Amino acid sequence: MSKDVIPQITLDNVHKRFGKREVLIGIDLEVAEHEVICLIGPSGCGKSTLLRCVNLLERIEKGRILFGGIDITAPGVNENDIRKRMGIVFQAFNLFPHMTVLENITLGPRRAHGIAKVEAEARGRDLLDGFGLGDKADEYPDRLSGGQQQRAAIVRSLMGDPEVLLFDEVTSALDPELVGEVLGVIRGLAERGMTMILATHEMGFARDVANRVHFMHEGKILESGPPAELFKSPKAERTQQFLKRVIEAGRL
Amino acid sequence: MGDSSESGIESGGAGSGPPHLIGRFSRLRSELGKDDARPALIGFASTLAFFGVVIWAVAASGNWPRVQRSFFSAEAFRNAWPDVLGGFWLDLQMWVVAEILILALALLLAVLRTLRGPAFLPLRVVSIVFIDIFRGVPLLLVIFLLGFGVPALQIPGLPNSALVWGVVALVLSYAAYTAEVYRAGIDSVNESQRSAARSLGLTQWQALRYAVLPQAVRNVVPALLNGLVSLQKDVALISVLGVREAVREADIIRARTFNFTSLVVAAVLFLLASVPLARLADWYSARDRARRSQSAT
Ligand SMILES: Nc1ncnc2c1ncn2[C@@H]1O[C@H](COP(=O)(O)OP(=O)(O)OP(=O)(O)O)[C@@H](O)[C@H]1O
Ligand SMILES: [Mg+2]
Repeated sequence: MSKDVIPQITLDNVHKRFGKREVLIGIDLEVAEHEVICLIGPSGCGKSTLLRCVNLLERIEKGRILFGGIDITAPGVNENDIRKRMGIVFQAFNLFPHMTVLENITLGPRRAHGIAKVEAEARGRDLLDGFGLGDKADEYPDRLSGGQQQRAAIVRSLMGDPEVLLFDEVTSALDPELVGEVLGVIRGLAERGMTMILATHEMGFARDVANRVHFMHEGKILESGPPAELFKSPKAERTQQFLKRVIEAGRL
Repeated sequence: MGDSSESGIESGGAGSGPPHLIGRFSRLRSELGKDDARPALIGFASTLAFFGVVIWAVAASGNWPRVQRSFFSAEAFRNAWPDVLGGFWLDLQMWVVAEILILALALLLAVLRTLRGPAFLPLRVVSIVFIDIFRGVPLLLVIFLLGFGVPALQIPGLPNSALVWGVVALVLSYAAYTAEVYRAGIDSVNESQRSAARSLGLTQWQALRYAVLPQAVRNVVPALLNGLVSLQKDVALISVLGVREAVREADIIRARTFNFTSLVVAAVLFLLASVPLARLADWYSARDRARRSQSAT
C-alpha cells in the first residue's frame, strides 16, 4: 500500500473484551480502497469479533476505528448511518426466514435507506438476476440450497451500495460442493474493485484474491504480508504451525 | 466435517415423512380407513365402556331423580335460557374487547422490557414493575380493588361503571402474563437475526419490528391461544362486581328458584365457546410443531 492513499478503513490499537476475556488486543490494520484483506487464524482468535467491531455490532473498549478518515467509534456517531455504507455477510447466512428472498434483500433499502418499494424491488430483481438467483426472488430461504442462501445474503449486503464488504467465513457452513459458487461470487466482486475484509479458512482462495493476508492469534495480528510471501515463507513460529496444520488438512 | 454434514442431510431426509404433516384427527381417520382399524376400535370401545359405567353408577345410586331435578330440569333450563344467554352475550363482548387490549398492552410491555441501552432503563423498570405487580396479585383481588375501589373514589372524568373497571382489571392482569409470553417469543429468536437487521442500517426499533417480532409472535401463537381460552372463562369473575353477565344472571335465577339448572345453562354456554377454541389451539399447535420439525430437517 502506497503511503499517499487515504485508507478506507483503519483500526488503531483496537481492544475488545468479553467480560474478563480479552478477545482483541491492540489490533492495527489498514485497508485501502479496492483492496482485499484476508484474516486467517485458528478458531477463536478473534476474526469474527474484529469484523463485528468494524460493523459496530460490538463496542470496543480502547482504540479507534476510522472509516473514510472519520472515527466511527467516537461518541455521538450515528451507527445506523455508518452501517448503511458497509455490508456484512455472516457464516450462517442469517437470512430472515419469514421473508421471501426479495423481501430479505429489499428490507434494508426500504426501511433504512427510505427507497420506494417499486424501486427497491426492481433493483433487487436486477441484482438477483446478476447472481443467478432471478427465479428465487419469491421463494422463502428454507427452499434454497445453502449456496443459494449465501448468495442471497451477499446480494442483501450489496443492495445498499456499500463502500466496504465484510465477509465472516461465509463458506464454512456450506457443503463442500457448494463452496465454489460462493467463492466465485466473491472473486467477481474483488475483480470489480470492491473493498473487502474476509475472515476465511479457505487458504487457497485467500492466496488467489487477497492483496494482503493477516494471521491472527489469540487476539493479536502476529504476521502480515502479501499472500505469496506469507504462505510460502511464514516467519512467526505460530504462523508456520498453523499453515502446516492447514496443509495437512488439505486446505491449501 | 464434510462427511458429518452429508450424513446429517440423509438422516434428515428420512425423517421428513408425511406423518409429521398430519394432525391428530386426520391420523385417526386414516387409521380407521386403513385395513388395520383395530387401535381406533379399541379406543372407541373403551371410551364407551368407561362412560357407560359412570352413567350406570350415577343412575343406580338412587339419587339420580334428585340430581336431575335440581341440576338438569328441562323446564328450569328453558326458563333460564333467555336471561343467561343475554348475560353470556355480555361475557363475549367483554372477552373480545379485553383480549384486543391485552394483546396490545402486553406487546408494548414486552417490547419495553427488551429495549437495550442505558437510555431505556426507566422504561424497562416500568415494564418489570408492572409485570411483577399484576402477575403477583390474584386476579380476583385486582377485580375487587379496581371494580369497587375506583368507582368509590367518585373522581370526575373517570368512568364509574363496575363493568369498565372489571374489564380493566382483567386487561392489566392478563397483560402481565401475556407480556411474558411475548418475551419468551422474543428470546426464542436467535440474536443473529437482530445483528443481521442492524447490519443493514435498521434502527433498534426497526430490527425488532421487521426481523424479530414477526418470528417471535409466530413462535408463541399456541401460548397466546391458550391465554385466549382461559380469558374466556375468567371474564365470568367480573360477576363478583354485580355485573349481570351469564354467571350473575344464572345465580340470580338460582336464588329465586332454589334450582341449580340455571348455573348448568351458564356452564353449557361457556363450554360451547371454549371447547371449539381449545380444539383450534390444539390444531394450531400440532401444525406449528409439524412446521418446525420440517424446517429443522
Ligand atoms: N458475545 C460473546 N460473549 C463472550 N465471548 C465471546 C463472544 N463472542 C465471541 N466470544 C469469544 O471471543 C473469542 C473470539 O471469538 P471469535 O468468534 O471472534 O473467533 P473467530 O476467530 O471468529 O473463531 P472461528 O474461526 O471459530 O469463527 C472466542 O474465545 C469466543 O469464545
Ligand atoms: Mg468466527
